[in-house]
Amino acid sequence: MNSQNIIKRSATSEITPAPHVRDHQMEVAKLIDVSTCIGCKACQVACNEWNDLRGEVEENVGVYDNPRDLAPETWTLMRFTEHEEEETGKLEWLIRKDGCMHCEDPGCLKACPIPGAIVQYANGIVDFQSDLCVGCGYCVAGCPFDVPRISQKDNKAYKCTLCSDRVAVGQTPACAKTCPTGAISFGSKEEMKTLAATRISDLNERGYENAGLYDPEGVGGTHVMYVLQHADDPKRYAGLPKDPKISGVVEGWKDVLKPAAAVAGAVAVGAMAAHFISVGPNVTEEGEESPDDAA
Amino acid sequence: MYSLGDGAKNAKPRIFHIEGDPDHPVSRGSLCPKGAGLLDMIHSKNRLLYPEYRAPGSKEWVRISWDEATKRIARLLKDDRDKNFISHNEKGQLVNRWLTSGMLASSAASNETGVLDFKFARGLGMLGLDCQARLCHAPTVAALAPSFGRGAMTNHWVDIKNANVVIVMGGNPAEAHPVGFKWVIEAKIKNKAKVIVVDPRFNRTAAVADIFSPIRAGSDTAFLMGMVRYLLETDQIQHDYVRSYTNATMIVREDFAFHDGVFSGFDAATKSYDKSSWTYETGPDGNALRDMTMTHPRSVLQLLKQHVDRYTPEMVETITGVKKADFLQIAEIIGSCSAKTKTLTWLYALGWTHHTGGAQIIRGSAMIQLLLGNIGMAGGGVNALRGHSNIQGYTDLGLLSLRVPGYMNLPSDNQQTLQQYLDETTPKDVIPGQVNYWKNTPKFFISMLKNLYGKHATKENGFDFDLLPKWDRSYDMLAYFDLMYQGKVNGYIAQGFNPLAAMPDKNKTSLSLSKLKFLVIIDPLVTETSNFWRNEGRYNDVKTEDIQTEVFRLPSNCFAEENGAIVNSGRWLQWHFAGQEPPGDARHDPAILGGIMTELRRLYAEEGGACPEQLLHMTWDEDTYHDPSFPHPEEMAKEANGYATQDIYDDSGKLLYKEGQLLNSFADLRDDGSTQSFCWVFTGSWTEAGNQMANRDNTDTGLGNTPGWAYAWPANRRILYNRASMDIDGNSWDPHRQILHWNGEKWVGADVPDFPATIPPGKEAAPFIMLPEGVGRLFSAKGMNDGPFPEHYEPVESPIAKNPLHAKVTHNPTARIFQNDAERMGNRTEFPYVATTYSVTELFRHWTKHSHLNAMLQPEQFIEIGEKLAAAKGIGHGDTVKVTTKRGYITAKAVVTKRMRTLNVAGQEVDQIGIPCHWGFEGATRKGFLANTLSPGVGDANSQTPEFKAFLVNIEKTDEVAA
Ligand code: SF4
Ligand code: SF4
Repeated sequence: MNSQNIIKRSATSEITPAPHVRDHQMEVAKLIDVSTCIGCKACQVACNEWNDLRGEVEENVGVYDNPRDLAPETWTLMRFTEHEEEETGKLEWLIRKDGCMHCEDPGCLKACPIPGAIVQYANGIVDFQSDLCVGCGYCVAGCPFDVPRISQKDNKAYKCTLCSDRVAVGQTPACAKTCPTGAISFGSKEEMKTLAATRISDLNERGYENAGLYDPEGVGGTHVMYVLQHADDPKRYAGLPKDPKISGVVEGWKDVLKPAAAVAGAVAVGAMAAHFISVGPNVTEEGEESPDDAA
Repeated sequence: MYSLGDGAKNAKPRIFHIEGDPDHPVSRGSLCPKGAGLLDMIHSKNRLLYPEYRAPGSKEWVRISWDEATKRIARLLKDDRDKNFISHNEKGQLVNRWLTSGMLASSAASNETGVLDFKFARGLGMLGLDCQARLCHAPTVAALAPSFGRGAMTNHWVDIKNANVVIVMGGNPAEAHPVGFKWVIEAKIKNKAKVIVVDPRFNRTAAVADIFSPIRAGSDTAFLMGMVRYLLETDQIQHDYVRSYTNATMIVREDFAFHDGVFSGFDAATKSYDKSSWTYETGPDGNALRDMTMTHPRSVLQLLKQHVDRYTPEMVETITGVKKADFLQIAEIIGSCSAKTKTLTWLYALGWTHHTGGAQIIRGSAMIQLLLGNIGMAGGGVNALRGHSNIQGYTDLGLLSLRVPGYMNLPSDNQQTLQQYLDETTPKDVIPGQVNYWKNTPKFFISMLKNLYGKHATKENGFDFDLLPKWDRSYDMLAYFDLMYQGKVNGYIAQGFNPLAAMPDKNKTSLSLSKLKFLVIIDPLVTETSNFWRNEGRYNDVKTEDIQTEVFRLPSNCFAEENGAIVNSGRWLQWHFAGQEPPGDARHDPAILGGIMTELRRLYAEEGGACPEQLLHMTWDEDTYHDPSFPHPEEMAKEANGYATQDIYDDSGKLLYKEGQLLNSFADLRDDGSTQSFCWVFTGSWTEAGNQMANRDNTDTGLGNTPGWAYAWPANRRILYNRASMDIDGNSWDPHRQILHWNGEKWVGADVPDFPATIPPGKEAAPFIMLPEGVGRLFSAKGMNDGPFPEHYEPVESPIAKNPLHAKVTHNPTARIFQNDAERMGNRTEFPYVATTYSVTELFRHWTKHSHLNAMLQPEQFIEIGEKLAAAKGIGHGDTVKVTTKRGYITAKAVVTKRMRTLNVAGQEVDQIGIPCHWGFEGATRKGFLANTLSPGVGDANSQTPEFKAFLVNIEKTDEVAA
């Protein structure tokens, strides 16, 4: 994808509008059908392989989730939750592929103080432009899904690119192509919604009354959507927020900190941002379990 | 595979990316985590790059040249063979065997390497030959061949999408076969199929199933016999099918009996059966008697009813821990598939094979599928899911101690002549009008001899029958390692095989290997076996200096570096092409075997020695291969198919083949030496029209069949026994599942008929053409060692005091157990918990732990334990635990889970512990124990595949550092 596909840039005023001479590009989406995901992690491997990422060989800490968390070298991972229905005792092993949701209204982009370090393309993909990234960590704080990670190696933020390089040449993202069960589909957002509807009606027939699509409005919808068996209770899926929003606080920080960024440069901003990172993205709802607590 | 370079001479190819092939009918471009991580396996830092040598007592490897390695290994082999070769047994029979050296052949290698493995081992007279099939699916062949005629998956991956019900027991395909599992999801989504999982653990398959029931490991036979009882009692069977296509109608001999856990003919001294009563009553014409009403008290159907009568839902619950209500819910769904228009597919893998009664469990599902009329049907079948990439091919090629290619047996001591062997192994007709295709055994066997011994094989010398080693007993891995343990084995070759990790009872395996004089490792990667002599602290606590075994380590290619065929679960021979050369000084397997064999032949030609003809007559010379020291895969692929050795004419005198032409079909094989074929089931795979295994037309001819893609044995048939999808008159049971129809002259349709194409509808010939009866066997006659009907016996290490069915016969009475293994068995007081071992999806056995991409996903040994037991033992998430059996201990991280439940069995609580089996002291993963330290050395009564799936352990929290 090239600059003419960019429709939004971080820290860029509305005065320079995005190019719009080209034909409108189709909005894309990835649909993850949690009800047919077997948690095999092939998508994780394909992501690492395609993007040349090699994380640490960590430890087993008593769960199947490995690596343990998203990281600069881990842009997607499976989160496993065991859920037992109280009345029936019916056990479910819910497996959710975590990673960037490619929000229509991306909190990371909004929070980023560096012009053009985060962009959104006309097809909806939110992409980090690493050459511009100063590693300040605002995107981390700005993301309602706790996705970006700053690398210790080069002090830059990393996350899923939705394989913008593959998509640009008409390929599906590596995870979608590799997924052996077809739990990951990729296409236009409209097609994905239609597909989701057929999956939801199948789940309804199988007794999942609350099956539904996760495409949260609070962030303007997402370009990565889930079919959930229990769309009424997304938190069950390793703490997926029920109603994610870009925190007003983020907007506030942004205004305060942006001039600082321009003046004091990346180092100072990075130090200040470290504070927000350690506090964490304060957009998860009260009492919500963090993904780390989920088995 | 994406590889650098465009094939130009100066551009050395190197693989840099791997993605699925979107044209492939099964994968459709997807990959499992192992496939997706192959790049790091191919380029693993643990690839072996040059030949190495470890001297007796030494602590290190030294690099040596290929020339030195080849010469020294050949010399060691020759000296041992010359010294210990047995030309005649005590009875004076000619046996031509060599027992003091053996070989493990790699079922991760291609068919073409397999051809050489066989010629290498048998050319030297070895009987201690096995491949990984011994440790995995050998019981499948032992069970399905006597049930249906062939011992392989009946249908194929894509066909699963046609099922209405998918039942998974003794397998975990979402975990072990994610790519094939897509067709289960397809059945769910497109066919509204119900998916049922019955397993000791709530596993990844259960995560997407509609119904799950836990079951006690080692009790599946009881569940299945309970199901048979339910189907018979509720009369939910496909009557027309059962009457026409099974042996339910046949009358069994009067002296057949079953009392108190044993069948007639048991000899307690030898722990074996005299099977003479396990057969049909015959009439004056010699044909088996039948009662088409199936009401005769000794008809198979009535005997079966009687046999399963004890397996009430209550008894099933007592033995298996499956709640009666759950059992009945599942039974109702299974019963609904007796309708002609509904099919059920049965998927299983090693969860069924790894038991002392493994083959009989599989029989249970075969019987249910026959009763439901689901064999030969699209969306039906008993589908054995294979593991190692080419385990199916290696099984087809006969790389097991007592087998030869194409599902025939190696002759025994008592079969001294070719004629006698053929008389005893070729089945006689028992019902008139049946195809009984095995009556062609002489054509298959003689064509094989002609392939093995070429110009030396003549009618006069019985086609060199004498040169095949003859057997007196089984030399399966358990037996052979026991001989090694006793110091009776001197040399061993392990090609692409890691027995220290893969065999049960690692500590015994280690002691056994220590008694070898020499060990030859042929492998692309560092294995624990190659370093068995190295002290790794607790993980491998050996005294290096005391181990006097010389070890050679020869680096070989991996799959991505060779041309060749591998056979998938659905019996498809699929050709693949090399993407790069082996790294460093590594060589292709055919070059390694070819090098050693060429040197051996040179030595025998020069020096003579024990029975030199055995290898000098073997077709491993310039007449056979362009370069005997490095035969090309294409040469072996063609010989596996077979040639005409002279001009061949049909009965009318028409020329069928010119001398040297490749054969089109095994139907053209002859028993006079005018044809040769290494493996008759592969005939048709490489014909004069070219390499059929490389075919890439993925057109769906109906119901997901793609006969233009690759080549399926036999004869490119995709759904075995597909004639059974129609009644005798040729009407499909289910018009929506029509595979074939009669066009007035022959059977045609979406698949190749698994039946003589020109036998018209309405004839007596029944669809199970490989069985002399022509019908599927509910009663397996003499086909099994431990009884014609399955019976539940407790695992050798059982958590309950006695078998609830018959207190005096608790265990499988025919299970073989060696004295020193018996001493290493634990009891339920000391070891109160049931353990079961398995694979997780992120890793493939002990291989992909060398891939960093996969190591990241499951970095270290863990075990799974239920919340209740964990609480009682004070074990929390991620704690380190020590798991102990009579044979040793391992430490591991604890995954405390709701997915393992306490079961109520025979009036007591039984807790089960899950032990994945992947890690060790080599690899990119964290160092740890080999989980097979725990498992017991006892095998399935029919195939000696070890009981990895049900044994007893104790578990405690420990302060020892994690595994
Ligand atoms: S999920 Fe987070 S990182 Fe991804 S686009 Fe939304 S806000 Fe940005
Ligand atoms: S590859 Fe597909 S099935 Fe496997 S974990 Fe990823 S989304 Fe789930």
